Amino acid sequence: MTETTVTPERALVVEEGGEPQRGFIGQNVPRKEDKRLVQGEGVFFDDIKRHEMGFVHFVRSPYAHARIKSVDVSKALELDGVYGTLTGDEVAILTDPFFELSTPPGANIKDYALAVGKVRHVGDPVAAVVARTRELARDASELVEVEYEPLAIVLDGEEALKDDVVLHDDAGSNTVWSGLFDWGDFDAALAEADHVVRIERLHFDRFSSTPLECSGCLVEYNRGTGQWTIHGNHQMPGVGAIWMAPALRVGIDKLRFVSQDIGGGFGNKITLHPQFTACCLLARKLNRPVQWTEWRTDQHTANTHGNERTFLDVTVPVKADGTMLGFSVRAIDDCGAFPRYEPLGCIIWAQVTPGCYRWRNVRVDFTQVCTNKSPVAPNRGYSRMQHLWLTERIVDIVSSELGLDPIEVRKKNYVKHEEFPYETPNGCIYDSGDYARCLDIALELIGYDSIDEKRRDAESRGKLFGIGIGSTLDSGTNNFGQSMILNPELQFSGNNEVATAKLDIFGEIVVTLGTVPQGQGHETTTAQVVADLLGCTPDDVNVRAGHDSYWNSHAGFSGTYASQFAVTGLGAVKGATEKLAGEMKQLAAAVFGCSPDDIELAEGQARIKENPEAALPFMALGAILNANNAGLPPELDITLNVRYVYRPPFEKPDLERKYGNLTLTYATQIHACALEIDPETGEYEIVDYAAVDDCGNRIHPQIVEGQVHGATAQALGAATHEIFAYDEEGNLLTPNFYDYHVPHALDMPPLKNGFIESASPFTPFGAKGMGEGGGAGIHAVCAALQNALGRRGVGPIVWRSCNPYHRVWELLQSPEETRKLVSVESR
Amino acid sequence: MDVVARKTITVEINGESYEREVDARRLLIHFIRDDLDLTGSHIGCDTGNCGACSVLVDGTLVKSCMMLAIQADGAKIETVEGLAQEGELTPLQQSFSDHHALQCGYCTPGMLMSAAALLRTNKQPSELEIRKAIQGNICRCTGYVNIVEAIKAAAE
Repeated sequence: MTETTVTPERALVVEEGGEPQRGFIGQNVPRKEDKRLVQGEGVFFDDIKRHEMGFVHFVRSPYAHARIKSVDVSKALELDGVYGTLTGDEVAILTDPFFELSTPPGANIKDYALAVGKVRHVGDPVAAVVARTRELARDASELVEVEYEPLAIVLDGEEALKDDVVLHDDAGSNTVWSGLFDWGDFDAALAEADHVVRIERLHFDRFSSTPLECSGCLVEYNRGTGQWTIHGNHQMPGVGAIWMAPALRVGIDKLRFVSQDIGGGFGNKITLHPQFTACCLLARKLNRPVQWTEWRTDQHTANTHGNERTFLDVTVPVKADGTMLGFSVRAIDDCGAFPRYEPLGCIIWAQVTPGCYRWRNVRVDFTQVCTNKSPVAPNRGYSRMQHLWLTERIVDIVSSELGLDPIEVRKKNYVKHEEFPYETPNGCIYDSGDYARCLDIALELIGYDSIDEKRRDAESRGKLFGIGIGSTLDSGTNNFGQSMILNPELQFSGNNEVATAKLDIFGEIVVTLGTVPQGQGHETTTAQVVADLLGCTPDDVNVRAGHDSYWNSHAGFSGTYASQFAVTGLGAVKGATEKLAGEMKQLAAAVFGCSPDDIELAEGQARIKENPEAALPFMALGAILNANNAGLPPELDITLNVRYVYRPPFEKPDLERKYGNLTLTYATQIHACALEIDPETGEYEIVDYAAVDDCGNRIHPQIVEGQVHGATAQALGAATHEIFAYDEEGNLLTPNFYDYHVPHALDMPPLKNGFIESASPFTPFGAKGMGEGGGAGIHAVCAALQNALGRRGVGPIVWRSCNPYHRVWELLQSPEETRKLVSVESR
Repeated sequence: MDVVARKTITVEINGESYEREVDARRLLIHFIRDDLDLTGSHIGCDTGNCGACSVLVDGTLVKSCMMLAIQADGAKIETVEGLAQEGELTPLQQSFSDHHALQCGYCTPGMLMSAAALLRTNKQPSELEIRKAIQGNICRCTGYVNIVEAIKAAAE
């Protein structure tokens, strides 16, 4: 069922200085991670055990909003095997609230490790119990008596803006942050337009990537030094520590984050600081290691969801030939009960302000608001996905309303290949790409030439046939300066990542990373880069698995998030390896009594270029410096153990204009979907699907394709089934994998993949981060549904991102209901 | 709180015999992971949906979070740790690596056990049979594309 486009393989031989040289970069070398993982020998946090450790279970709120009148843990403490408890009152004394990213009102929110005074969503943790076994901890949590005074609730973002019910009394408003973004001259564009298309409402639904491994940690506290070791699956420990250390009132070096293997993250493991802080307090209070493994139901109800966003009053000025001049919109972002990382989502969409299009006039009135639902956090495609869904819905709805071909409209409005690097109206620099070519490949893969035939065939079987395109950009390598657009007081800008490289005593090359991989193959791609630079093989390179903040190979933004490893991670690896190579040449030169320029590294040796017989194996270099160094020149200042911090070239943005380059790279994904709807039931089947990817030079094509497959599957799940729906009392209706249906092997349509490589001019290897482009699947399915539904006269407007069969059935029943959402003013 | 009943059980896992006293309510997966420290089998859902905990009990594929440890008394169990012999990967494991059928690796042990169970009874499965055989195993990383390819190739 899988087909892959056949394009020329990268040449195995690369030219360097006129000499042909084999390169590992660009090859599908075997993944270093696999051998342990296929044997069940990975080490995930829940695999780690400590003598006399206790298991943590959180007592969670059954109410969406309530005042906590009392918490009584006495009966739980009486249970044999219970080691201790923690309550919100203790947390309020022992910690300071986590810092807030937003300006007021959001800045005044008080967020602690456990609920203090009030609960604000079902599943909000009120207390924690530690016991000898998981089962006992759960038993004991049921003995904790909490008296609640239920309060009125608000579950809808627009409703919450009225502040009739306020979640955070300290903030005095549910609004976290709001701001107007206005680039170009939208009013002039409106005046110039031949048609103005207005869309009253679009809604991007709540879902999350739901990593298969739930969140958790094992925390040890060292009383003698006051240090915590956190074996956990936080995917951005640098920022986790920035949150936790001040709250715990300790220096940041008191928090040691360790992880080896992580069972998927997708952004959902970026805001684990509340739970981890509670575990730190418990480990210290009880003077024993404590272990917390989130239950699946807890992850769904109370960890993190992806942002839910409502788009109102979308206005699109269009020229007669289908050229769009921009758009304006009012966006309401529902971040659930606590904003945490989320205020950044108010800005991050601006990395892709005009989507793939040459739109120069964009006005966005953006407001983020709290509701009595689970908090949200970054989720694969974070914030850009919602925005790009908007741009794609705009293209399809405008095309449909004006009777234009959405494929031609896309091509007309896409940024052109020859325009790269392309500056967007808000100062972002799209580095490279060829969107139209990607679209052509996608169309070819789904057999667009014979699409009329396929449509006739489907219709002869009583089906409605539709095709749709999803165009998306995966902006990678953040400029954290964008946080200053949110809050000028924040002292964040630029980005960084760290690697260390050393040549050890027996000649072993050892590399450590600051990143926190969750399946992206960092050990493998790192080894490819190092091997090419040192003239050895990936097997010769030992890349330490996982992350440990005591390796001293991390910096403030270390982590694995936001599509950046190929740039920041490998940029750091390159820098460290080149430094190490320089020192190895210096050492060899000192031994041979020549200049370092005369030395080359090849075949695991340092040798004199003109006389390759004169060679020192890496082992000799390692041994000489580390153990046999008498007689070396005193001025030889080398360690063979180097650290490099990669820093992408960024400036601080212009805060007044909300203008500047917010990300370094822009990978492209263009998807095409063909589907058939049964008009009697609303059931539909994706009958053909293609994903075309352009992430610049591919370091390891197989890993890139794997990311495309996975991201596409997540998008198709989000488009068709996955939704976090609530009842009127704020109970999550999809709290486990029974009710929250993620794609299974039988659900996946045949996937066809294609790619091109538009090298980035801004990155060390011409590569771009690319893990998050799959949002295109949501856009493509929505477009294909709209296309198919339009075959029956008055076509409804597909106005939500998630369209399970029952929603499609509803659209079929009363198309005029959603038609009301759209109007066209033609001049 | 009632006293929790306990029982002594004996199981053979990957050829090794273990005798332990367990709570009657102990799930087989917690027994395997927590009591015996065989951590290759994973837990992803608590509701029997995800298949990360799949093992073979007396030759039958079982989600070990859906079975009590005491129900396995006297059984022969195979887990992912028992697939490779003396560090030599089975063709199925090797095929998973060759085809990039794993990313984070969390679902992989359960996926391998489901695939191994399939290939024992069906040497030449069709693609549909492969997809049916792993439909009880959730993977959030790969979209199943390369997993299906890997199983197909291992069968060949």
